[in-house]
Amino acid sequence: MAIKKICGIETEYGIIHDGLEEFNPAYSSSVLITSYLAARQEISGAATPRWDFNDEMPGNDARGFLRSDVLSPEMHPQLANAILLNGARYYVDHAHPEMSSPECGDALAAVLYDCAGDVILRQSMDTANAVLPEGESISIYKNNSDGKGNSYGCHENYLMDRSVPFSEVASGVMPHLITRQIYCGAGKVGYETSWEGDATSDATSGFQLTSRADFIEEQIGLETTIKRPIINTRDEPHCDYRRFRRLHVIVGDANMSQVATLLKLGTTAIVLAMIEDDFMTTDIVFDQPVAALRTISRDLSLRKLVPLATGEQVTALDIQWEFYERARKFSDSGGLEHVGEACGQLILDRWEGVLTGLETAPESQAAVVDWVAKYRLVEAYRQRHKLSWENLRLKAFDLQYHDLRLNKGIAYRAGLEKIVSDEAVAEAVSNPPQDTRAYFRGRCLEKFSQHILAANWDSVLFDVGQKYPQRVSLMDPNEGTAETMARLIDNHESPQDLLAHMPGQTSVDL
Amino acid sequence: MSDGTQKKISRRKSESPRSSSAEQLSPQESALDWQEDLDQILDEIDEVLEENAEEFVKSYVQKGGQ
Repeated sequence: MAIKKICGIETEYGIIHDGLEEFNPAYSSSVLITSYLAARQEISGAATPRWDFNDEMPGNDARGFLRSDVLSPEMHPQLANAILLNGARYYVDHAHPEMSSPECGDALAAVLYDCAGDVILRQSMDTANAVLPEGESISIYKNNSDGKGNSYGCHENYLMDRSVPFSEVASGVMPHLITRQIYCGAGKVGYETSWEGDATSDATSGFQLTSRADFIEEQIGLETTIKRPIINTRDEPHCDYRRFRRLHVIVGDANMSQVATLLKLGTTAIVLAMIEDDFMTTDIVFDQPVAALRTISRDLSLRKLVPLATGEQVTALDIQWEFYERARKFSDSGGLEHVGEACGQLILDRWEGVLTGLETAPESQAAVVDWVAKYRLVEAYRQRHKLSWENLRLKAFDLQYHDLRLNKGIAYRAGLEKIVSDEAVAEAVSNPPQDTRAYFRGRCLEKFSQHILAANWDSVLFDVGQKYPQRVSLMDPNEGTAETMARLIDNHESPQDLLAHMPGQTSVDL
Repeated sequence: MSDGTQKKISRRKSESPRSSSAEQLSPQESALDWQEDLDQILDEIDEVLEENAEEFVKSYVQKGGQ
């Protein structure tokens, strides 16, 4: 049975540090984050509790086994790792600053908190550059590829019903993840890989729809940093594992376009709800999923035929229309309640609009689809200066499309449509969503930060002046919302009081 | 996968819903406006693009992440 599609986005940002002899990205990322936290503490007085690693188990595989050798470098207690007032986690992951959004009630909220994350990174550049020695500066890029064989991710997370077999989820969503790139792709100048049967004649030049396709090597697997799969099997729900799973999607690009982010999260949430409700009546199986993903990424005409396992030849648009039409029927039968009715209608309208536009005149989607926006500008720039695709100025152009500095970022000059207001984004920088457990985390941090020892996705650990700290567990992401918690938090001035009035929530942490 | 599935997807290709509300779904700015703006945008990009693009691209090296 479909459950509410609580979702979130994790973004690893690209970072460069000018003016240094030797660049250590983990150090620079830490400077970036700690300078922001220090400045924030100065303003709000809120202390920054440590992240609690209690519930991390990235070696659990959804296919039913445990890899004991998977301990990701993110679990390094010395590097910056903080919880923010809006319920997000802001930390150094591997060699990048990463923002993990709070749990969001629908895709539109995810867009809002994704934008809030960009604002926080921008503010962090300012705070870091203010404390760095003269001649040094840090700049941040919201992209997924350095053009030199290295990729870093923008992951999505979706709350799923544990009772639906993972194999059904994996096979059901695979064709969507392969084809949604026609509107989710952030675009990339250049190719970085070739494969058996690759029909791309020149493997070092050109433009493609996504930055991520070249780095996806497997259909399914646990890895996230090598041999990246289309379907990631990490089974780390950060909530009650008996009821829920968290589908961790690693195949997508980070988007500069708000509408693209809405569609990325929104269409995927609807497809997942349809899988849970057994509403998909067709099994779509690509003959060679990885080759299909890459072939589609390199086809700007969107007309290329790709084989299904049946031998039938289809375009990515065919498959997207198939999913879209099914989603319309799902809507007619009340299915959109799982993604938020109003948000669901917005997603369907935008989905239809983007497919119609891409089918008839792709350039018409330059205000909503990142690859179209980037391609139109870079191609015009290329023609103006008579540059070949190998010219490094075009690679610089590509990188700068994702530059988060307002005075440098090309995406900010590309005429992308906004669907969330600057005011709402500013609000989301320091306030959590109302309708998930992020509310409890964010509000407690705002009000009781001096008494919070640590926190993570599913719990907050309070120092209540007794022998043992007290842990408040929120094992259902639908708990701890404003509806159930706002008055309790508003009405109690100490954590002891608050905890005494939270029936059945607390447990002693030993 | 069944034959029924194969037919179904093929049929969508010929009957896919060409939206009757395409006008309201088109982006805010028309292509014509865009062309007029294009030169101005390219001028601005020429101004903001890193001065030493080659050096910038060469120095943009990231460690792989997730």
